[in-house]
Order: sequence, then C-alpha cells, then structure tokens
Amino acid sequence: MGNPCAIIGVGQTAYKTRRLDVSMAGLLREAAVRALEDAELTWNDIDAVVIGKAPDLFEGVMMPEAYLADALGATGKPIMRVHTAGSVGGSTANVAASLIQSGVHDRVLTLAWEKQSESNATWALTVNSPFSTSLVVGAGGYFAPHIRAYMRRSGAPDHIGTLVAVKDRQNALKNPYAHLKIPGISREMVESTPMLWEPIRYLETCPSSDGACAMVLASEDAARKAPGRPAWVHGTAMRSEPIFFAGRDTVNPQGGKDCAADVYRQAGISDPRRELDCAEVYVPFSWYEPMWLENLGFCGEGEGWKLTEAGATALDGDIPWNPSGGVLSSNPIGASGMIRFAEAALQVRGRAGDHQVDGARRALGHAYGGGAQFFAMWIVGSDKP
Amino acid sequence: MSAPLSTDIAVVAFVQTEHTAEAAGASEVELLAPVITEIKERTGLNRFGFTCSGSNDYLAGAPFSFVSALDTVGAWPPISESHVEMDAAWALYEAWVKLRHGEIDTALVYGFGKSSQGVLPEIMTQQLDPYYLAPLGVDQVSLAALQARAYLERSGAKEDDLRAVAARSRRAGRDNPFALHLPDPGDEGYDVAPLRPYDVAPITDGAAAVVLARGDRARELCERPAWIRGIDHRSEAHSPGVRDLSRSEAARLAGERAGAAGVEVAELHAQFSHEELILREALGLGEDVAVNPSGGPLSANPVMSAGLIRIGEAAARIHDGSAARTLGHATSGPCLQQNLVCVLSGDDHG
Repeated sequence: MGNPCAIIGVGQTAYKTRRLDVSMAGLLREAAVRALEDAELTWNDIDAVVIGKAPDLFEGVMMPEAYLADALGATGKPIMRVHTAGSVGGSTANVAASLIQSGVHDRVLTLAWEKQSESNATWALTVNSPFSTSLVVGAGGYFAPHIRAYMRRSGAPDHIGTLVAVKDRQNALKNPYAHLKIPGISREMVESTPMLWEPIRYLETCPSSDGACAMVLASEDAARKAPGRPAWVHGTAMRSEPIFFAGRDTVNPQGGKDCAADVYRQAGISDPRRELDCAEVYVPFSWYEPMWLENLGFCGEGEGWKLTEAGATALDGDIPWNPSGGVLSSNPIGASGMIRFAEAALQVRGRAGDHQVDGARRALGHAYGGGAQFFAMWIVGSDKP
Repeated sequence: MSAPLSTDIAVVAFVQTEHTAEAAGASEVELLAPVITEIKERTGLNRFGFTCSGSNDYLAGAPFSFVSALDTVGAWPPISESHVEMDAAWALYEAWVKLRHGEIDTALVYGFGKSSQGVLPEIMTQQLDPYYLAPLGVDQVSLAALQARAYLERSGAKEDDLRAVAARSRRAGRDNPFALHLPDPGDEGYDVAPLRPYDVAPITDGAAAVVLARGDRARELCERPAWIRGIDHRSEAHSPGVRDLSRSEAARLAGERAGAAGVEVAELHAQFSHEELILREALGLGEDVAVNPSGGPLSANPVMSAGLIRIGEAAARIHDGSAARTLGHATSGPCLQQNLVCVLSGDDHG
C-alpha cells in the first residue's frame, strides 16, 4: 500500500440544479478554497493537482484540465485528468492518494466536478458512435432492466426502492450541501411521482446537479502539521470489466465483488457490516442500495432488500448507508464518487455535522460507472494504519 | 509503517500500429486490438498488475471511447484499471506511480485515436477556455502560428529553420516503417503564416502500447530494460496572453526534475516545427543530441498516443543497444501548455 496517506482537507460546493453565479472554474475554485481552508494551507503548499470528471460532452469542453489549470493554481505544477465514467470521482481520489503513497508528493489537491446545467447529460449519454445503434436513453434506460432482474431474482417486494428514496432524502435534510431537500418526504410522495423507466419512479432517481468536491491529501509528515484530525487511507482499489460479455452478471458484477475484496483485504476487514461504521455508496437509483449491499458483501445474495427493509442502513441503523443523502440527493456526476469518498473521510474525522454517525471510526467510500463495470473504493479510518 | 518504495521501473516492451493518414476503415477498437495482442505475445503476459489508457472522446464525437477499448484488453476476470482523458504518456505516468508503491510488478499502458474522423484543428478549439477563448473559434494551427511568430521574433530564427526541422523529420520518418512516408518539403504556401503545411503534423490514426515492469520482473521480460531514471510533468497557465509563448517554462521544469541533461536521443512531441526548437532550448538539448530519429510527430501524429510513442521510441533505443540514455517527451493543451519528460537509460547508466 506504500506510504501512509491522510485526508487533511475537504471542500464542497452547494449542489444545485443551476449554479449560474459561477463559471466552471469558479465552481471548482469554490470547492478547492474550502478544502485548502480546512487544511489551513495556501495554493503554494500544493505539489500537484489531480482532477476528474465524467465525459467531456457533458459540458462541451474537451480536456478541461487545460482551461482549469489557471484557476487551480497549477502553473508550474503537475496536473492530470482522470476519466473512468461515473466512478471517476473515486478513481480520481485513488490516483491522488497513490501520488502520496508512492512518495512522489507530500500534498496533493484533488477535485472532481460536473456543471450539468451548461449542457445536457442525458443527451450526451445517449449519443452513440456511428458504428453502433442504441435505443437506450440516459442512464436510467440502461439500468432499469438490471433492477428488474434483481427484483425477480431476489423476490424483493416493490416498495424497497421507495424506502431508500425516502431514507436518503431524509438524510439530505441534515446536509447543508445537499441538492434535493424535500421536507416531509414520504413513501406516498415517492409513489405518487411518474414512472420514468419501470420500475424507477421520478423520485427514485438522482437529480442533475452542478457541483464540485475537493480534498487535500497529505503524507504522514504533512498530516502531522495539519490543524485538524486527519482521516487515514486504509485501502484503495479499482476494478473494470467489459461492458458486453455473455458471462457478465450485471446485477451483481464480479468487478464490484473483486474491488470490495481487495479494499477489505488492505484494510484488514473480514465482515464489512460489523467492522465498518458507515458507508457512502454510489446509489443513483434507489434500488442500487439493496443491490450493492449484496455486491459489497454486507449480506448474502438475495438478502440486501431485507437489510434495507429492516432499517439497518438508516442513520440510526447498525450500518448507516449514505448519511449525507447520497447520489439520490445530489448528483454532479463526475463529482458524485468523490463526494462519497470525501463524506466517508468527514465521518471518521468527526466532521460530518448533523449527519454525523456517532463514533464513526472506519468508513467505506464507493463509486461505480459505465454499465456497472467500473468500480473505485476506498476505506478511511480515524487511526493511522 | 512505510513499505519500501521501488524506483527501479522500466519500459520492457513497446508496440505501435503502422500509422495511417486517412481513415482505413478500422474503428478505434480495431486499431488497438492488434497492438494489444502483439504486446501480450511479445512479453508472454496475459494479465497485468495494472492497466491504464489514454484517449479522447471528442475524436470520435461520442462519450466513453475508453469503454469499448476494454474489449481489446480482455478485462475478464475484472482487472485493476484506470484511464486518463489525456495523451497516454500521462497514463504511463499514472502506472509508474502505481508501480512505485503497489503490490504489483507489471503494468500495461495504451493510447489510441482516430483524428481522421473530424477536422482536428477545429476539434481542438473545444479544449480552450469555453467562455472567452473557444467562442472566438481560434483553431489549433492558428494558435500554434501565434507561438511560432513569437518564437521567431524572439530568437531570430527564420522560416528556413522551421523548414529544416520538417525536412529532417520527414527524412527520418521515411526510414520508420510505422510512420507516414512524406516527401521533402516542397514549395508550399502558408497554412497559417508563418507555418507552412509541412510545419504542421499530419492527420494520423494510430495506437500504441507499452509494458512497464519493475525490478527482476523487468529483467526477466526484457534483455535490456529501459529504466525510468526520472519522469515529471508540469503545466503552465492556459491563457496564451499570460505566458511567454516563445518559451516553454513547463518543459524546462519537467526536464530539470526528470534529469534531461546528458541524453543522446530525444523524442519530442513537437506537433509543429517551431515547437521542436522551443523544446530543444527548454530542455537544454545541444547539437549532439539526436532529436526525433523516428521522424517524430511531423511524420506521424496519432493523437492521444503520440506522446506515449515518444517514450516508446526513446525506450526502443535502449532496448536495441543503440543509445545509453534517452528522453521521451509528451505535451498536452494548446501551445505546449503541459509537458511531460521521461528519462530512460540502460543498466550501466544510472
């Protein structure tokens, strides 16, 4: 795993449908400045910048790290751009962590973002190369059949997705940065919204958000000088598998299982439900909570929906999932994975505010992307490994 | 607890396509597949500790070009993998970092692009500041011409010096079976003054792959591993108005940190004749350094792999024993905004 790596600063923007008050650079700058302030550092203290976002077509800016270098203080420094579809926010944090773990740098600023209001992500996701045709419209059109397969396979009752939608939105009410804040959110409210892609209803999907998330990662020496309590990286992992492959299980992907096994091994975890205190998991459609509970080994196959139904994943359950409100409440796509990673760090630093899980000492950050084929995870803890 | 970090990491294999100047009917995946197959055969490896690629969606005009590329790798069972939306030289950098601290001893790096599918100079306009610069519609060649003019005025170099760079590159490229075989520069009018068509890298489709390995694994896989002695990359400000376009401060910094001094061969990712002259100066390369013996980007510029190819070509000189210390360079962004320098040497030249 290399040298120890700590998270010493976290900065987020408010997540909103439209941030017309800032440019893309302004949006990123907002998150970066907050992360630097958290770490009590200036731009001069940063050795390198690692930036991530989802496809360039989302905003119509190609290789935006070039344009953003000025705003991110990257003059005279290394800056690189990661892109691994929806998992990119997590992958970007992992790449930044590896720069510390390998001893190349002492302090790395990492950021991920999306400003969806500057373009149309559903359009960008629907464009296919001229060599292939597709009738899938947007991410929901792709994932709905996999969710139906899960329901059929597990025998889960229809209302499980609704429970997740309500739970995550209730958590979001405690998070000052969350995009969707729906007072009085209830099962009836979710069930009264239109069906978009059977079985996914309007309020069971994530919003389109503008937003950015930033972290300052530090070596052991640099972390010692940090003003606040750091979060320590206990493990990072990434896995990818092909999108089209007859042997692939899209409901319970092998890549996710392997990625989880790798990150648990690094962190010395054998029973994630018992040994982790909370998890920030990429759930863009409500049904992905029970699906990922199984994929990540929190329970056996076919059992995930029972954990959700029993309230195990609620803020006061034994394994709170998405105390921040999750992707269902804020979804600046490229940043969504990094927000999971950053929220996990905030939890073990004891700095998650009203959505803090009491006494959280070890937390999982998770992201997935593409056709549920790209995975990135990290485990962070309050103790140095 | 600190794990020992390994710094003995080498390029052990390099494969590239026979690059083409026009769409030859192959998709990006079809361009890449033979390259991945060949590098697996050559190293005898079918699985790698880490895989990282570089590509760009705007070349295809559709998102997720890296997703279907995974089919060529055979990512089953699932692999540890990442992607940079940059030239694959930066994918190599990511893999190098991972090798330094990880539990792995091999990495596959690849890049691919088909610039024949669109109008590259105009596509590159989309990478400019979207609020102030891109709406002006200034294309890549016009921006490069601004830089060329600034360089000529500052240095006193003449257009004939640019022509000499192009002539030498094309001559060398004709000896390279993978490059385009272009004629000597003729009597051509300006593309965008002071650049003439031969000063501008040709539109090229292609792909390339490199295998990195560390320590004894590298020695097993390659008779003469090309050890990475230094690798660094630096950026400058984006806006052409706030930097001295006639120089490359980012290349100078990266070269200094990577240890560019004393190389015999330099493969420079110069996509315009004047860029070679700016880079030579920034990296302190004297007349005794052989620059772009492969023909360089002026003979073949497969976008998104051209930088990786420079490192591969520099490594190949170590592999074949024709040089002891070489340099590969990659660039990204308009007017040499970002620069990566990788210094390689054989066993006897630390």
